[in-house]
Amino acid sequence: MFKIVKKRELNQHVTLMEIEAPRIAKKAKPGQFIILRINEFGERIPLTVADTNQKTGAVTIIFQIVGKTTMDLNALSEGDSLLDFAGPFGVASNLDGYKKAAVVGGGLGTAIAYPQAKALFNQGAKVDAILGFRNKDLIILEDEIKAVSDRAFITTDDGSNGTKGFVTDILKKLIDDGNSYDVVIAIGPLPMMKAVSNLTREYGIKTIVSMNPVMIDGTGMCGGCRITVGGEMKFACVDGPEFDGHLVDFDEAILRSQMYKDHESKAAKRHVCRMEGMQNG
Amino acid sequence: MAKRNMNPQKTPIPEQDANIRNKNFDEVALGYTEEMAKSEAKRCLQCKHRPCVGGCPVNVQIPDFIGAIAEGRFKEAYEIIKETNSLPAVCGRVCPQETQCEKLCVRAIKGESVGIGRLERFAADWYMKNIEEKVEKPKSNGRKVAVIGSGPAGLTCAGDLAKLGYDVTIFEAFHVAGGVLMYGIPQFRLPKEIVQKEIDALKQMGVTIETNSVVGKVVSIDELMCEEGFEAVFVGTGAGLPSFMKIPGENLNGVYSSNEFLTRVNLMKAYKFPEYETPVKIGRNVAVIGGGNVAMDAARCAKRLGAENVYIIYRRSEAEMPARLEEVHHAKEEGIIFKVLTNPTRILGKDGWVAGIECVEMELGEPDESGRRKPRAKEGSEFVMDMDTVIIAIGQSPNPLIKSTTPDLKTHSWGGIIVDEETGKTSKEGVFAGGDAVSGAATVILAAGAGKKAAKAIDEYLKSKQ
Repeated sequence: MFKIVKKRELNQHVTLMEIEAPRIAKKAKPGQFIILRINEFGERIPLTVADTNQKTGAVTIIFQIVGKTTMDLNALSEGDSLLDFAGPFGVASNLDGYKKAAVVGGGLGTAIAYPQAKALFNQGAKVDAILGFRNKDLIILEDEIKAVSDRAFITTDDGSNGTKGFVTDILKKLIDDGNSYDVVIAIGPLPMMKAVSNLTREYGIKTIVSMNPVMIDGTGMCGGCRITVGGEMKFACVDGPEFDGHLVDFDEAILRSQMYKDHESKAAKRHVCRMEGMQNG
Repeated sequence: MAKRNMNPQKTPIPEQDANIRNKNFDEVALGYTEEMAKSEAKRCLQCKHRPCVGGCPVNVQIPDFIGAIAEGRFKEAYEIIKETNSLPAVCGRVCPQETQCEKLCVRAIKGESVGIGRLERFAADWYMKNIEEKVEKPKSNGRKVAVIGSGPAGLTCAGDLAKLGYDVTIFEAFHVAGGVLMYGIPQFRLPKEIVQKEIDALKQMGVTIETNSVVGKVVSIDELMCEEGFEAVFVGTGAGLPSFMKIPGENLNGVYSSNEFLTRVNLMKAYKFPEYETPVKIGRNVAVIGGGNVAMDAARCAKRLGAENVYIIYRRSEAEMPARLEEVHHAKEEGIIFKVLTNPTRILGKDGWVAGIECVEMELGEPDESGRRKPRAKEGSEFVMDMDTVIIAIGQSPNPLIKSTTPDLKTHSWGGIIVDEETGKTSKEGVFAGGDAVSGAATVILAAGAGKKAAKAIDEYLKSKQ
């Protein structure tokens, strides 16, 4: 069993948890992920490692409440435990040698981009962080990101905070203004990573994206997480999760991310009914 | 000695009716009663030269245990099997007896062989049901051995080492132990409760099982040996890397590797969705590509999940199919449609989902290096079938995770770990390996046999090191 030692709501849809898992905390590096299962009946879901604490043996995860499993996860409190917690999976980010980077986070992707920004910043790179959210209530990790970047830019789709518009607008402006980045790290929803990759391709700037497809085992056994990169089949769990954004077939990845949409909504609906039933009863 | 039974046919084993069982996940074969078992056991001629024993990869003393059953000494029968086979209830169900022990049975010359597998299963089930087993925890010798992977090879190796007093820890990547016995072979062929009993018995013997522990990720073999005090390591990580066909359309929604499909259904219990939360997508028409046991398992699961038409698509003819005869027979009874001498050329999609499969007709040419006649495409014979789900079951190779994090562990170009066949010794000091991780995808009994050999070799190695 893996104890939840800390829980913090970052906004109404996004929660941070620290999970006691000393073996994993000792090994996990930025870019890697864990797989958890809440209970006997639960699904295995992958979540990126947002941070680790060697001293306390805790692994930080940040998740958005999107379906049954994340709803159930969010219903747990400090002191509760998860049945299964395994990892670290995937290849760690290789950030060696980058001197000037743009780190682009979209929504929850900000949580996944944070460790990269931190690692780059700590190795002495200049970091421009560009974070995009739908509206001001959904902004997360603003202070944390600011602490590990030279400049931080916030956009909201509705203009309720920062610049109205998309992260790509800011990134384009920064590039056009003469900022020459060695690398752009873009982490967020698939359409956002696609848009950033399309933009940076024009400028020939190396772009790293983090893929988070459906998977079961995380060791290359099921092949459910396969994506096409540079015309070749890759498994996000063992070959990634980070890939060259200019080579990823995002359209295919977007279609594949829809595979269980109807199951998810069915499970979530049933869950809500049950919860309401419990409250009413 | 009781009177011999000279019936040329095996005593039939009661089974669920095909049209009922293809809608549930309960076990297909129901097993012999005591009377049936005794009667079948009396078909054994107790021949002096015992050819059946030589056909068994772990040399179970077959005539001895069958003789015990014939005389109603069921407990003793089980104990005889258990001397050389640590997983009798499993092997009695999933061993390919028809190409091993039963193939060499003298009774098979005129009629059917003795039902050795059925009798093994009977003895194991009888023992589990009637004997309250008190597993003795052997006296510890204080020496630590790590076993990586908890499939048939790892379980057998761990059990044998624990019996010798070693302090054994099994590291398993998944959240439950059992490996392919849990994620691969379906409930209706091998009930998971049986596998769990074997695992529980190991725990009672003092074996520690660390689930959620991916060796190569959370800890390396070198760390286990240098920092955590394990004096020897057995690698039994199986063949977990799925092969795809490299044809267009394999990334469409609705295409599964057999590994993913079976793991969803068996390990994650998607057949009980939404009680269990892992989903699986099954359409009206399902194509399973391949002709092995895994393909049969996938097809039969798909049928049970409600698919109307389930096809086995195989490029050679039925005679070349690597699946056990019994599995092919059961699949046909359950309504699986066999399209042999047929090879998929592409999977057709609509809006990102599987819509059909294009195949080409095949014919058999000259024998290839495997001795089977090589299939070749008939020109211009392409045709399309409507399909909603495609499951690719054309094989799997050893998972590269251990290799990639243990540079001094030598492997073949196809991924199999290179070992000394007799001992399982690898290129790395103190590290042994066996099962599918060494041989590529094979059988439960071969893996168990390799685990057994390695346990013996590890014991000798550690004694010599003292």
